[in-house]
Amino acid sequence: MIVLLGVLVVVIGFATKRNPLLVVGVAGIATGLLGGLSPGKVLAAFGEGFAGSRAVTIFAITLPVIGLLERYGLQEQARNLIARFARLTTGRFLALYLGLRQIGAAVGLTNVFGHAQTVRPLAVPMAEGAAERKYGKLPDRTREKVRSFSASADNVGLFFGEDVFLAVGSILLITGFVNTTYGTHLEPLQLALWAIPTAVCAFVVHGWRLLRLDRQLERELLTANVRDTAAVEAAQ
Amino acid sequence: MIKAEWFYWLVGLSFLVMAAQMVTDRSNPKRFGTGAFWGLIGAGFIYSSWVVTKQAPAEPLGVAVLVMACLAGFGFTGRGTPRTTTPEQRAASAAKLGNRLFVPALTIPVVAMACAIGVKHVTIGGEPLLQEGSETILGLGIGAVVALVVGMIILREKRISVPVQSGRSMLEAMGWAMLLPQMLATLGAIFQVSGVGDQVGKLATSVLPEDSLYIAVVVYCVGMFAFTMIMGNAFAAFPVMTAAVGWPVLVGHFDGNPAAVLAIGMLAGFCGTLVTPMAANFNIVPAALLELKDQYGPIKAQLPTAGVLLGCNIVIMALFAF
Repeated sequence: MIVLLGVLVVVIGFATKRNPLLVVGVAGIATGLLGGLSPGKVLAAFGEGFAGSRAVTIFAITLPVIGLLERYGLQEQARNLIARFARLTTGRFLALYLGLRQIGAAVGLTNVFGHAQTVRPLAVPMAEGAAERKYGKLPDRTREKVRSFSASADNVGLFFGEDVFLAVGSILLITGFVNTTYGTHLEPLQLALWAIPTAVCAFVVHGWRLLRLDRQLERELLTANVRDTAAVEAAQ
Repeated sequence: MIKAEWFYWLVGLSFLVMAAQMVTDRSNPKRFGTGAFWGLIGAGFIYSSWVVTKQAPAEPLGVAVLVMACLAGFGFTGRGTPRTTTPEQRAASAAKLGNRLFVPALTIPVVAMACAIGVKHVTIGGEPLLQEGSETILGLGIGAVVALVVGMIILREKRISVPVQSGRSMLEAMGWAMLLPQMLATLGAIFQVSGVGDQVGKLATSVLPEDSLYIAVVVYCVGMFAFTMIMGNAFAAFPVMTAAVGWPVLVGHFDGNPAAVLAIGMLAGFCGTLVTPMAANFNIVPAALLELKDQYGPIKAQLPTAGVLLGCNIVIMALFAF
């Protein structure tokens, strides 16, 4: 039971908002030592963990080209482009993005979209552009909200699309684990089919919440504008 | 054969170059700490190749990882003033270049898609052109390099230092968040070898009453959800909860359809991924990348969806798996 203290370190660390890197470092050392690893083994575990998980950081390879394009006005042009589609509101655009991300992931294209490659340079400026066309400059709080929802559209689309695809890691993990542990024979296709109902639910639920975002923005921004106008009038 | 390691070296090398730029950037008050942090990550990326093949000891890399965590965790890293264009210049440039700006940006997904679907099957002399199992990562890497070349031609930008500087600014903005996903993957591995999973499995079994199908379904799904939140990864939670509840109770005792039980159980875990800072690459890194003040912004946006979908998974499993 004592190794569960490591879990407790993580929970307390995040709850008290310590720097996550330190929390994870301390939790890893504590768990390793409590679990009976030698200090050398704990160090080796950190080294092997870093080496084995470099794939999660490889998106950094796209940063120079995205940075270069942003320098030349990529985000501005994304805003200009979306401004031409009057019917495409922030919520509708993000729901569309959610659908595309989900379909992409479902056919195995998990690396085609992503936070560094598409959300920051394209999806966020487009989502903000659609709101700006309607309401003018966005207050910081609203901007944060639109950005958070843009990130969420990417995540939900990825998670609940990829399991419909046969060759994805989680499906192979399930078949690998069960077939070797319990000597049964599960086919990836059976598992992928059972991922479809949840994928549909995910699109309906999150898509509906994205569409509702439009109404929230309207409420927030119209009252904010009224307050601004009132403040200007009061100043006069 | 094009190997994934080459792209890890390229990433490592560009981190080293950027680290050198960071050290010489006098606008950054913490330039030495920042340079050391990214220099260590860059060197670690390259050194890792030999750790993976067991030709070099992992301990020195472990020390380096903990040094990086301390450098960033105790506030020795910072950011310089980015050398970039003004909003007016960007607007003028966007007006001039128009939709041509999208060409390099779309090159990345198009090349990634082509690699994942087409080039995957190309062989030269009986050997696959792309390293097997790494096609999508290679697609991303090749796409980024091709996009950079295309971008520099379209923008008539001749200095390679310009994209490197821009990429560096984005790295500095992300700071420690960049290392967190790898640290968490490591923590997961340590939890695994230390037996944290077994203990959680025992806890789950001890709270489970006998002969109540619906409670067992709820325990399995909620257990996947909660344990994924703690570990930051549904893959780590899956073997534990399945060995404790999913297989012996739901499939064995209640005769559930194994494909349905396991597939939906995994998806219940994914709901947990949506709401945990431990899934840093999905929740914390984007907050840094999008320059949010609230690093939990994406989690807050996802919380209601995750709750409803957890309920959906429980209902779908209870109705259709038995």
